[in-house]
Amino acid sequence: MKKFAKQIIFYSALISVWALLAKLRIWPPYLFPPPWGVGHALWDGFADHSFWIGIAVTMKRMLIGYSLSIVLGMILGLAVSSNKFLEETIGGLLVSLQSLPSICWIPLAVLWFGLTEKAILFVVLMGSLLSVTIAMEDGRKQMPKIYGMAGRNLGASGFRLFWSVLLPASLPFIVNGMKQGWAFAWRSLIQAEMIFLSLGLGQLLMMGRDLSDMSQVMAVMILIIILGYMVDGLIFRTMERRLREKYGLTPA
Amino acid sequence: MSTSPQNAYPSRVPVGLRTGVRANVFHGKPASSAATFPERPVAEAVVPKVALDAISLDYRTTSGERLLALDKINLEVKPGEFLCIVGPSGCGKSTLLHLIAGLHPQTSGKVLVDGTPVNGPGTDRILIFQELGLFPWLTVGGNVEFGMKMKNIGKAEREQKVQYYLRLVHLSKFRDSYIHQLSGGMRQRVALARALATEPDVLLMDEPFAALDAQTRDLLHDELERIWAETGRTIIFVTHNVREAVRLGDRVALLTFRPGRVKQDFSVNLPRPRHMEQPDVARTSGDILNCLRDEINKSLEAEYADEKVR
Repeated sequence: MKKFAKQIIFYSALISVWALLAKLRIWPPYLFPPPWGVGHALWDGFADHSFWIGIAVTMKRMLIGYSLSIVLGMILGLAVSSNKFLEETIGGLLVSLQSLPSICWIPLAVLWFGLTEKAILFVVLMGSLLSVTIAMEDGRKQMPKIYGMAGRNLGASGFRLFWSVLLPASLPFIVNGMKQGWAFAWRSLIQAEMIFLSLGLGQLLMMGRDLSDMSQVMAVMILIIILGYMVDGLIFRTMERRLREKYGLTPA
Repeated sequence: MSTSPQNAYPSRVPVGLRTGVRANVFHGKPASSAATFPERPVAEAVVPKVALDAISLDYRTTSGERLLALDKINLEVKPGEFLCIVGPSGCGKSTLLHLIAGLHPQTSGKVLVDGTPVNGPGTDRILIFQELGLFPWLTVGGNVEFGMKMKNIGKAEREQKVQYYLRLVHLSKFRDSYIHQLSGGMRQRVALARALATEPDVLLMDEPFAALDAQTRDLLHDELERIWAETGRTIIFVTHNVREAVRLGDRVALLTFRPGRVKQDFSVNLPRPRHMEQPDVARTSGDILNCLRDEINKSLEAEYADEKVR
């Protein structure tokens, strides 16, 4: 609770400084809006439902693109990690592709799929698939071999060995991969939405720019931060922490 | 197999150390302990529980040369016998257990259980790993239950056996704890219960007590001896600690250093229960150690030689 108090004080101070700077009018308010201006924009955005719609549309894309990349990434990761040939060929390709910012897929996606939903999903998929795959592959490699041996020794084999031993043994790595995948998917999606079309949060951000409405731009930015943090910081971290505790990976 | 007849060793010899002989020897124990540790005479005609028939293993090192790890090992273990295998580090004694467990194929030779060759793992032989390999995602109870689940044993029976084996290792209270919440000695006991719960004929133990403090180890020796007496399992126990081997084993097989061969096979005819500090345990250990010393020196020389090259 002490940490929480510290955070409250910190954010109050931050907003106070912001308010003070805005009050001093060093920069014109349309470039540097005061906190209450941004608050107002947030309120308006939710009141006219545009933010709700933006969140819903973005989250829907996120869920589809992310789920797709998790499923494909796990399959790919498993395949790559269980075969030396695939590891040396595809594995290397994946790592090199990972250095490509996902926004670079946008021109290709637009040419292939046009300005459609598919193009956005493609960019999200390419953004997170690789990191999920690589995390899965790493996880399989880092997983202590003793668990597999112990499982076989106790009579597990085939699918049951995978399901009751190998899968739970690599769960901490899988969750880590899912978390990374989420972060990449989130970034890719907002970027893709900013470049083209339709209703999402990225679009709202660009609309703010087009209208020279700095308050809306900052309001949407705050929204993106909060949403991103809620999933990454609350859901994934809690999951990871619980898992680490249960597996005894953190000192109690 | 036996090179000399049993009667060459009068039974009144208090320290029943019989070098180089694999004879059918009765435990020379006083009548008073007979209740706790019943006599287990082994008939001459009995098929060995585990027989290693000219087991060899070689492997390729990272530098590409072939290294002979085990060289034509022949060993027989009778049903209900407690065999300890000692040897210097690097003699392949852990590897030997992995071969018996079927987790690793040998290059040549056969592992026979009840006269039948084995390929691959089976729940008739359970290995307790040096690192234990307990599953951290399961509770203590879940770990003990695991092997039975894999054998498709019904829930009611599993339940009953989990309780039974946890009581046997004195861990009933910790059934719902996770592994990382337990001390080293408790983890050892979970591993023992998990192995016993699949009701294997043969228990393979790979330096299970090496990482424990002396007090915990002594306690676990007592418990293992008791559980062995209660369950009548055949145990093959690998250790580098000769004292421990003499404390526990009916027989102690000594392996040579690289390639691993059976150098000598000692029968330990000391009364049970035994203790590490007993003078006769110490004396027997001393005899075995003398024999082991050459091998330890060879192992050290090999290590130092590596150092010089570097």
